[in-house]
Amino acid sequence: MKYVIIGNGVAAIGAVEGIRQTDPQNPITIIAAEPYATYGRPLIANLLRGKIREADLAYRPEAFYRDNKVTLLLGRTVTKVDVAVHQVLLEDGDKVPYGKLLIATGGKPFIPPIQGKDGPDVYTFTTLDDARKLDALVGKIKQIVVIGGGLIGLKAAESLNDRNLDVTVVELADRILSTAFDQVAGNIIGNRLAEAGIEVITENSVKEIVRENDRVKGIILNDGQNRGCEAVVIAIGVIPNKDIIEGTGIETNRGIVVNDYLETSVADIYAAGDVAEALDLLSGERRVVPIWPNAYTQGQYAGRNMAGARVTYKGGLPMNSIEFYGIPTMSIGITNPNNDGYEILTKVLPEKNVYRKIVLKDNILVGAVLVGEVERAGVLTGLIRKRVDVGGFKGELLKDIPSFTFLPKELRAEWLGA
Amino acid sequence: MKKVYAKEDVCIGCRLCEIACIVEHSASKDIVTAFKREEKRPARNVVEECGPVSFSVHCRHCDEPPCVQVCISGAMVKDPKTGRVRNILEKCVGCWSCVMACPYGVIKRDTRQGKVIKCDLCPDRDLPACVSACPNEALLYEEK
Repeated sequence: MKYVIIGNGVAAIGAVEGIRQTDPQNPITIIAAEPYATYGRPLIANLLRGKIREADLAYRPEAFYRDNKVTLLLGRTVTKVDVAVHQVLLEDGDKVPYGKLLIATGGKPFIPPIQGKDGPDVYTFTTLDDARKLDALVGKIKQIVVIGGGLIGLKAAESLNDRNLDVTVVELADRILSTAFDQVAGNIIGNRLAEAGIEVITENSVKEIVRENDRVKGIILNDGQNRGCEAVVIAIGVIPNKDIIEGTGIETNRGIVVNDYLETSVADIYAAGDVAEALDLLSGERRVVPIWPNAYTQGQYAGRNMAGARVTYKGGLPMNSIEFYGIPTMSIGITNPNNDGYEILTKVLPEKNVYRKIVLKDNILVGAVLVGEVERAGVLTGLIRKRVDVGGFKGELLKDIPSFTFLPKELRAEWLGA
Repeated sequence: MKKVYAKEDVCIGCRLCEIACIVEHSASKDIVTAFKREEKRPARNVVEECGPVSFSVHCRHCDEPPCVQVCISGAMVKDPKTGRVRNILEKCVGCWSCVMACPYGVIKRDTRQGKVIKCDLCPDRDLPACVSACPNEALLYEEK
């Protein structure tokens, strides 16, 4: 039996650790296009900002692959999966047979059809190579535009601003951080970014990237405004990177559809991470939720199942924790409910950059937004996961630090293992 | 593995466990020096109090630790031999993901150094400092 994993992000790490929980022996091969051992991908923002060094990026110690009997085929591109003969075909003509295969190819940046997008000076920000390319611009250019005011775009903007570039962020929605956060949280962060010198433009989009002799000279916005710039970062979001499964018959929707064992519709092939459409805890539906914790956990469950354990993935919970210029922000679960039947409690302390939003359904906590005060946030995450009836003490959830004293004694004893 | 368990019925809310924790994790391991001269870090447990009820909450060193699953830098690791979950300080980037994920709320932000700190079960001691310090045997260090 031979395990093959395509992709070397955190889902692959989870898978190796999952496989080895059950099967200490059989060989594992990881094939990945990026020529690096797994690195903390979100840390590319810290790297570009100058807070850490490249040597700090490694996600596991150097001995990890050897200790876990993993063969690495890095810098190698998979072109096709041949289901019938159970093998993976590489661009260079090599063939790698598999007993069990995990597709953990992650996401790739979504590039909208903006006029002028093709050519030099247009970048994305999801890989170490991306960070290196942007780092090389520092000192050479003055102005840069970031398209997209989500987590990746704003982290790129913060890093580049700290490196003394003039940064403009353009966001299509009426606020930044529109997916995971809400208007109030977006405003607090937006104001903080503006204070730090970043221009944030919302409810607008880039109609054209203007070029002169092929080089980027500026952008034109939908409303006719323009900005001069020498480079553009496109950070609108990521989409599942599933090209290699074309022709395999594996069921896909937005991502690769997997069941509660992380199995695809084709025998012996699993998928995990940003490429997978797996169970979502709160909706009970299958969704692509490209976040780090889901990728690791799905990889781990896939690995255990590949090795023969029959363990059920309980579903992912969307969550993000990120800090902008010293303001910690978190979003957990459902933060922007789009229909009735939800109860929302909020607390805003604008002068302290504090905002707290609690989302309930039938007295069950289903989501939270925390800005500025995030201590013990995990207690809220626990209440969401355990579907605790918080009806008797829901107002307490707005206090700065969540407490176990409000839980019924029996539940508290069970929770804390007392 | 052995973990620290709290008996809320006999906890008197004195918080000596917190003080012992801070001292044990100080550079000097001396109470006066730790509190007077050193940069004081938060205790690694959480004492809760509400009316007559008080109890201490400690890291459970989970079998499937959510703090490890969410860590973006690889700083949070579970030692496969000892079962202890620890934070490799040099690797921690202070993203607070583990603070968001820990259902016990026992991972604390040390904003002065921009890193989290958590219970390490006092690797230099047989009995964790908090358990030694408890005057009413409200903390137990045992296998369950």
